[in-house]
Amino acid sequence: MLDHILSILIFFPALAGVMGFMINKESMRAYGVSVGIIEFALSLWLWFAFDSNVSGMQFMEHLPLIPSFGINYILGVDGISLFIVIMASLFTMLGIASLTDTKNVKNMIITLLFLQMTMVGVFTALDGIVFYVFWELSLVPMLYIIGAWGGPMRIYASVKFFLYTFAGSLVMLVGMLFMAYFYYQATGTWSFAILDWYRLILPESFQLWLFAAFFVGFAIKVPMFPFHTWLPYAHGQAPTIGSVILAAVLLKMGTYAFIRFSLPLFPDASVYFMYPVAVIAIIMIIYTAMVAYAQKDVKQVVAYSSVSHMGVIILGTFALNVEGISGSVFLMIGHGIVSGALFLLVGVIYDRRHTKLMSEFGGLAHVMPKYATIFGIMMMASVGMPLMINFVGEFLSLLGFYSQSHMLTLLAGVAIIVGAIYMLIAYKRMFFGEVTKEENRNLPDVNKRELIALVPLVIITIWLGVYPKPVLEPINNSVESVVQLMHNKATTEDAKMRIPNVSGVVISKTSAKEAH
Amino acid sequence: MLSPINISIESLNLVTLAPMLIPFVGALMILVIDLLKGNLDKSLYVVISILFLVLDFGALLDSAGMFSANGIILGVFNVMLIDGLAILAQFIIVATSILFIPLALTNKRFHEFSHPEFFALFLFMIGGFQFMVASDNLILIFVGLETASLALYTLIAMHNRDKSFEAAIKYFTMGALAAGFYSFGSMVLYALTGSVEINQIATILANNGYADIGFVLVGVVFLLASFAFKLSVVPFHTWTPDVYEGSSAAMAGYMSIVPKIAAFVVAMRLFEFLIHSHVVWLEVVLYAFVVITMTAANMWALVQTDVKRMLAYSSISHAGFVMAAILIGTTQANSALFLYWILFSFTNLGAFSMLWISRQKELPGYQKTDHSFEKFSGMIQTSPMAAIVMAIFMLSLAGIPPFALFWGKIYMISAAVTGGYTILALVMALNSAIAGYYYIKLIVYMFMKDPIASNVDNSGHLYVANATTALKTIIGFAILGTIFAFLAVDPLLEFVTTFVYNSGY
Repeated sequence: MLDHILSILIFFPALAGVMGFMINKESMRAYGVSVGIIEFALSLWLWFAFDSNVSGMQFMEHLPLIPSFGINYILGVDGISLFIVIMASLFTMLGIASLTDTKNVKNMIITLLFLQMTMVGVFTALDGIVFYVFWELSLVPMLYIIGAWGGPMRIYASVKFFLYTFAGSLVMLVGMLFMAYFYYQATGTWSFAILDWYRLILPESFQLWLFAAFFVGFAIKVPMFPFHTWLPYAHGQAPTIGSVILAAVLLKMGTYAFIRFSLPLFPDASVYFMYPVAVIAIIMIIYTAMVAYAQKDVKQVVAYSSVSHMGVIILGTFALNVEGISGSVFLMIGHGIVSGALFLLVGVIYDRRHTKLMSEFGGLAHVMPKYATIFGIMMMASVGMPLMINFVGEFLSLLGFYSQSHMLTLLAGVAIIVGAIYMLIAYKRMFFGEVTKEENRNLPDVNKRELIALVPLVIITIWLGVYPKPVLEPINNSVESVVQLMHNKATTEDAKMRIPNVSGVVISKTSAKEAH
Repeated sequence: MLSPINISIESLNLVTLAPMLIPFVGALMILVIDLLKGNLDKSLYVVISILFLVLDFGALLDSAGMFSANGIILGVFNVMLIDGLAILAQFIIVATSILFIPLALTNKRFHEFSHPEFFALFLFMIGGFQFMVASDNLILIFVGLETASLALYTLIAMHNRDKSFEAAIKYFTMGALAAGFYSFGSMVLYALTGSVEINQIATILANNGYADIGFVLVGVVFLLASFAFKLSVVPFHTWTPDVYEGSSAAMAGYMSIVPKIAAFVVAMRLFEFLIHSHVVWLEVVLYAFVVITMTAANMWALVQTDVKRMLAYSSISHAGFVMAAILIGTTQANSALFLYWILFSFTNLGAFSMLWISRQKELPGYQKTDHSFEKFSGMIQTSPMAAIVMAIFMLSLAGIPPFALFWGKIYMISAAVTGGYTILALVMALNSAIAGYYYIKLIVYMFMKDPIASNVDNSGHLYVANATTALKTIIGFAILGTIFAFLAVDPLLEFVTTFVYNSGY
């Protein structure tokens, strides 16, 4: 069974989703939670069976799909994707468990199960087209979730989300077709396998163009400034569960794809574009932090702060060294846990008051002490307090980029501190002071269902903040091989210098061989 | 004294005619049955048509076997040309027709299907299209084209609504104009080369080095315009939405597939040698046609308020997309054309059939046209299965993986990339994004809006009012083909590529 665990992880939720049509409406929630638990247990088993000392791909599966055109169903995980897969199943499970009373709950749960299929698929696919299939398919359930259960402007928001991402990824598709064509020219056979592409050394001018094509697709997904305008709408209108999954997992597809595609395929172009991308990332951090400060709606604050932290992930990725990339992968996990939890928390108060305006609240700490505590912990984690999960990732990302540019890192560091201000102020407005509104006086504190979702996230936040090693080590191993690969492939002097030679690491050519 | 002409029957190779003659025999048989005993039920004629089409399909398999063994087959004074293109196109034509004809078995009674002539004309039309694709003789192509078109005009008019007459007349007028253009273009080419065989025209023109390029261009312009009409290339497309609106949804779906593949094959035969001889002017014109057809049709589709009109514009856009293959002209591109059209036929026929099963005889007040977007509001709540099926067809048309059309799309864009048309590849990709909007619009109506009150009462019966087991089976085939296309793409691709390659395209 372990040989096909990845396929099982991908298609079990889809199968369960199809079967879900037969389940009675009243029992649907229990069904969804059970499927979520099984899936999560499977993903934990994957972690258990995963060998942290191996840097290459594990649990690889290989099935011909369209062999004459080089499209094969290839799956595999390494340290970079393993934890995102686990996080995806964690959030689907918690999301279904914490689902409040929704109309058409059956459709919602079936949609979530299909969404889970696409999420796991994206992070385990090792073939360009299979990756693209899941990448695009993930838009459809999200479109439905935002469009059917969202706020008043839900249709505009969902269609904007869909078209923006769709347009971007089509440009990426053209890039992929070019990549396969170059492979065809070099070897005489078509291939979309990522590990095959890794062995292809392209001239710098091609790399620049292809990097740009892939960048459009990924940057819209992340979303990077100035392509971020769909995200506030999507978050603003989406139901709680939609925002949670979107922030925790779907946005990570973009940053993950940078590490999986852009960096190892185009090392010279990555170095060439390092400063421009870093500048965009820093603009993103500062600008969205300022926008977040100006928001009246607490969900928008969380949404913009989430974008702001995505900037740090990008910065870490484009440090192009082991510390930076490991940090950014770890921060992806941290950002997922923390922003997922924050959106859940916003959902809790929205269910009680049906408003998200901060001016409607105040002094909630008196009324809902447990809620205020959890919110406080998560907010602290979000601003990057030491001993919290985000600190590890942010620190490593900035440390990594420090070796590339001192000035830009300093700027980013200051921006993060500024970022703390709006979160603290938002917290102050909502929780401290006197209870100003009569309606808030008798709000019930978090109930059991909400605690089930929130407490595990709090535990993970603190556990991985204090002791990140079990997660960081496999990540580090895999990142080292990616960096080594980039160093070996780099053709320009500048790139050879910027991308460090990780000595004493087995070159990831081994992983490339496993593809055959 | 004239010497007697001796022609051995064997040298005529009459077997090449078999696939075309089978539907003609079928059509005549239907007419004879009607003469002997009138007022028979339509189901009889449907089944007879299917039987003859299946026979036709069998004969095609036979030709395909002969082609793979011996290469291109000529017959009947070398007028018939059975090559890979002819066989592939006939496969598409006959298979789509087999899927289409059971759509006549509706729940409600429609005027056209109560006449056996409908089925006879239908089979005549198929025979006509088969002649058209299986020849490189300009005259036989013309005869095939006109046989098919005249039958098709009548089929549209038989739908018996005001709009249908308008549609049929419009189609007829435009078709007549196109026929005029075609014959004028052929005349010029004949005057230049003294031949009506496309391959001989190509050889003669190549030998004299395109000396009379001016006249060649005049001839090509007329031929191009005539095929632009048939393929509804912008700006020759104006008849398409009106004709689709006037015909029944099933017929509209059929028209978006079969006549076009026939026209594509002839266009491929005609223009390929011109493209390869680097007549720059033609390349520019075709490039412009492709880009404008794709983009403009997409823009118009955005603003439609009726699903059928939207699908009409969308099929114009798809035709533009596929026409890129003729411009690119590599084996990969030509194979992509056939792959795309096979996958498209499943999806598009399915989408139009979904409209067809929801066809009402009287329209309620909120509905201005047969299939306005409002009609589909909140469909997920009243008839979820139908809504999901329709949504999958829309997603496939939009090119969302892993549904059928996605594979055609990537192969076509890849052909553009390989052929060196980078900008074209980008335009094709971005057009898919524009198209995404109007397909999503229907999904928005179906899944995200609330149903109109009167639809709730009849609990979604409206959407399947016209459905019978036969229709549901057809839709079932279409949806399975759409979802599981990824399993079939590899064998299809190999089959198509071999056939196209062995015919020298």
